[in-house]
This record gives sequence, structure tokens and C-alpha cells, in this order.
Amino acid sequence: MAGNSEPLSPRAKLAVTAGRAAAAVSKAAGRGSGSVIGGKVALRLDPDLLGRLAQHLDVILVSATNGKTTTTRLIAEALRAAGPVVSNALGANMPAGITSALAGGSDARYGVIEVDEKYLAGVARDTEPKAIALLNLSRDQLDRAAETRMLAEKWREGLTGSKAVVIANADDPLIVWAASSSPNVVWVAAGQEWKDDAWSCPSCGGVLQRPGDDWVCGECGFRRPVPSWALNGDYVLDPHGAAWPIQLQLPGRANKANAATSAAVAATFGVPPQVALERMYSVQAVAGRYDVVTYQERQLRLLLAKNPAGWLETFSLIDPPPTPVILSVNARGADGTDTSWLWDVDYTRLAGHPICVIGDRKLDLAVRLEVAGLDFRVCADADEAVRISPPGRIEVIANYTAFQDLRRHVGN
Amino acid sequence: MRSTSQNGLRLVWIYPDLLSTYGDQGNVLVVERRARQRGLEVSRLDVRSDQQIPTSGDIYLIGGGEDRPQRLAAERLIRDGGLNRAVSNGAIVFSVCAGYQILGHEFVNDLGQRQQGLGLLDVVSTRGEGARCVGDVLADIDERLGLPPLTGFENHQGVTHLGPTARPFARVRFGNGNGTGDGFEGAYSDTVFGTYMHGPVMARNPHIADHLLKLALDVNALPPVNDQWYEALRNERIAAATQPA
Ligand SMILES: [Zn+2]
Repeated sequence: MAGNSEPLSPRAKLAVTAGRAAAAVSKAAGRGSGSVIGGKVALRLDPDLLGRLAQHLDVILVSATNGKTTTTRLIAEALRAAGPVVSNALGANMPAGITSALAGGSDARYGVIEVDEKYLAGVARDTEPKAIALLNLSRDQLDRAAETRMLAEKWREGLTGSKAVVIANADDPLIVWAASSSPNVVWVAAGQEWKDDAWSCPSCGGVLQRPGDDWVCGECGFRRPVPSWALNGDYVLDPHGAAWPIQLQLPGRANKANAATSAAVAATFGVPPQVALERMYSVQAVAGRYDVVTYQERQLRLLLAKNPAGWLETFSLIDPPPTPVILSVNARGADGTDTSWLWDVDYTRLAGHPICVIGDRKLDLAVRLEVAGLDFRVCADADEAVRISPPGRIEVIANYTAFQDLRRHVGN
Repeated sequence: MRSTSQNGLRLVWIYPDLLSTYGDQGNVLVVERRARQRGLEVSRLDVRSDQQIPTSGDIYLIGGGEDRPQRLAAERLIRDGGLNRAVSNGAIVFSVCAGYQILGHEFVNDLGQRQQGLGLLDVVSTRGEGARCVGDVLADIDERLGLPPLTGFENHQGVTHLGPTARPFARVRFGNGNGTGDGFEGAYSDTVFGTYMHGPVMARNPHIADHLLKLALDVNALPPVNDQWYEALRNERIAAATQPA
């Protein structure tokens, strides 16, 4: 466990104070929470600040293409059973945001930190984590990010020699490739609905055979490891074979998988699955995701889906037809400016739902849905889409900046 | 004309396990949809890289992919030989980005080595030294093809030089295309086409899908379909290419 054995140096303290001041100024100026700018100021004054702040904590890192913000929340809730937790709960997941979050938790015992995929290796080096949770890797923002397999390769190199317990998804071949260089891995059968980024063996490039839940490379024998934890329907199976019920307010299979991984993480810190899972029930919405907002006498459920794997998981959790669906897609900087990924999403899954499309790139969506043979309406904006939908629940699925636009617009 | 009418139109999507990373399977979906809208019977065959390429297809489509999968795909396509046989039987091939480079004589692979391609297009690709080409493109398609302007999204580092028997598929007005500085975008000869345009390109240019269908069916015209949303998207993207932010 971590103890406050070594107080922060005067320089680190100054950096923390300067960071807080910068954050307060930024916040007052209406530029968001200020955590990123604060962290940048602090890191400039003391480049090793992140490592110094982490020394006083048991650090748990969480990374993935999808679900890292939610899983960070679930792990943080579970670990509060064992002691105070500091976390970058709002998803500021690059070094500056992480530094800023840790600087705010001087009396914490655990630091539960979401890390952007591209920064995982570096943050793992700086913070010497006790545990690292790796959920999934798939294509995302392709005109900016590194190739998916290269990312797995970088993780693999970065994790070689790490003393952390790695809690990793045995059902994602890219995650297994990334994690299997670590000496201490806890495999979780967390499932993976999206398979299109893992037909090619990450080790040798051979074609993966995927009978049922299993997978194996026909060429080099790289295969699914035997998991010690598993998601099984609405239950988590622990290494002793005991089944623990998952009860969440968050919807969908993917969140059950996140809960299973979080239970495995909590167990490595001595929190029993039953206690961990009970605490996870309190998580309602994460940074606005899954929130149900009443707007124009309709109940809008706000769902964030940023990439093909995320859209697929989202389709599996929405209410069945005739529940109306509003889709909103932008292609601004934070979304990636290429909309080609829409064609990797199987929109035929929405057959039977009344569909409205909005957002900067609604015409890309219109052609996509036309080719999928679906009926849809193109609307000027969210207000029109809501107005032409019948009263009751509406599922609203949006990518990153479209989601932020919606939250602001419907007052969430 | 090939024996299309008896068995319906045979679409072959090559190596979805390796070359389906940038949404280019949308090209298959658009060709398939527009054929069905004309009342044609269509079969679509997705061929993984551990399976044989059939030689009896009418239209073969190949997409873009990352550098290592591109190398693996080229190795397996050469070993297989089926695509070259299909083309010598008159099959149509439409390729994008990494797939386009593979159809040429050679390209530079992920190991930085020159790698042999299929030689179906008289082009040679290298890796560009400058910035990656990313963004909306507007180009005029070669006048012999009689198609309206090309709109697409490019995202590549490659540079492709045309040899004497390849014609440029289009000439860019905005964007980079082949990256050679001469304004050429893509290449074609007879029934083999290559382009750097994603989007996917058929979603923004359904006339290209129709052109391939006409070639496959050996007809000069197809019954019209409702292009309302394609046209709206085209207009929006052409405006975006000509007025970059
Ligand atoms: Zn292998």
C-alpha cells in the first residue's frame, strides 16, 4: 500500500499550487473545468510532477478504445470500499489532465486513472502503477491516430518489465497481444462484439480462426488464454467459480463487461466481488453518457458512440422498435475529419425503428442509411427531430462533438 | 459480354480481414445496392486471405488498409494468382489506396522495402517525404469515361507514378491525388481501376458504381434510380473541397 512516506518537494508543491491557480483562472474565463491547462502549467514547472504525485498512491491505470471512462468510474467506486480514491473522473486522460486530477487528491490512497491509448506506455513508466486494466482496442479516428495494431505493439513494449498486475480482456486478440509481454496477467473473458479489427493474427499476420468464443491463429498458434474471471450473462464468475450478480444502472452488455473487469481489478486490492459490484450500482451516468433527459415532453437517452465498435455495442442496448432513434454525426477535429467509418457500422440493426439524422454530417448518414435500405428522415436539428418523434423514450446516438452539442442543447 | 446474365452479377470483396480498415467496404455495398435497384440478381462473395480468389467474378473490389496488412495481402494475392487470371478473362477490378498500390508493379512496404505488386496497373508507388495527404478532394474524371466530377476524401502517405500504359483516372482541382505534383489522381487501363479516394468513393460518386455495372453488363445505359441523397452529399462535399476551412 502507499503511505505518505515522502512529502512533496517544495518545487512540486509550487507546481501544484501554480497548476491550481491556472485552472481557476481558466475556469473563471469559461473555458471548461481548467484541469488540462492547470496540469500543463504544473508540468512545465515540474516535469516529473506526475511521477511524484503518483508515489503517494496505489495507482490503477485504465485504457481502451471504448469504455475507459465508465470503467474508471466503476473501479473508483469499488475501491472506495478500501480507502479514499482520486480519479480523473471527467475523462481528461492525457498527462496534463491526469496530473491535474492527482494534484487534487492529497489524502487519497488509490489513484484510478483513465489514460488515452497513445499515452499509456509513458504514463505507466511515470506512475509505476500497481494495476493496469486493458479492455479493448479497435479502429478509431483513423486520420489522426496510430494504426490499431501498432498501438498494441507499443503497449506490448511499454508493459514489458512493468511490475503492475495487468487485468486484460482475453476475448480481444489485440489486447492479449499487448498484455502477454507482462509477467503478471489476470485474464478476464469480457467478450467482444466487434471483431473486424482482429481477424489478422497480431503476432504473425496469419488468419485467426474464431470458433465460438475461442480464437486461435492457424499459423503460429497464438491463442486465447485461459481466463480466470468471466462475464457470463448477468453474472461475473470469479476464479473460484462463484457467480456474482451484476446489477447496474448503466445499460448494455459492454457495461457488464466493464463491471466484470472492474471486479477483477478490485479483487487484486482485496475488495471482494460482492462488495465491489454492490458499490458499482451507484454509478448512474458517466460524463452525461446514458443520461435520460426530459426535453419537449420526450425522454431522450443520450448515448455516445465514437467508432464502429462503440456503435455496435450501442445498438445492442437500445430499446426495441418502435422506439425512435436520432443519429447525430459530426466530423470536427476531435471526431476525426473522415466519415468513412460510418460504412463499417452495420446500420441494418436499426431496421424497424423510426430514424432521424442530424449533425454536421447528416448527409453522409443519409447516403449510408439509403444504401442500407432503411427508412429515415433528415432533420435540420435536434429540435425538429424531437418534434416529429412521438412522446416517450427516444434513443439519441451521437459521436463525440455531436454528443457535446446535444448535451448543451437539451440542458444536460 | 461475360456470362453475367445467367448467374446474376458476381461481386467479390477481396480480403476483408486485411484490407477493410477505412470504410471502403461501402463501395461493395453501393455497387450491390444499385445493381439490385435495377432488378439484377447479385451474389456477394467476401474472400478472406486464407481462401482462394475465385476467377469467375464480374467485379472485384479491394480496399485500403494499414501498412503491414498491405504487405501480407500483396504476398497472398501473388501466391494465389486468381485475380490476375480473372482480369485476363475480362473481369473488372476497382481498388482503393493500399489496394491500388498492390495492383501496380511495386510499392514500399511497412519494412521500408520495395515490394512486388500484381502488375495489373502500369504504376509504381513510393512513400512520400512530405506531409500526409489528408482532406477533401475535387477532381475531373478522365473525359473518356464520361463521368461527372470526382469527390473524395484522401488519407495517405503514398506517391504513385503512372507508366505509359496507365491513364490517370482523374485530374485534381483541389487536393493531392497521386501525390506526384502533376495533378493526377488514380489510374486505370481497360477494366482495372485504382484511386486514393476514400469516403467511400462510391458513396460520393455513385456514377462510378454505375460505370462498373455498365462494363460488367456490356450496356450503355442503366435505368435511373433516386439519387437525391447522393446528390445532396456530393454538392456539400464539393463545396467543402473548394472552400477549405
Ligand atoms: Zn499467428
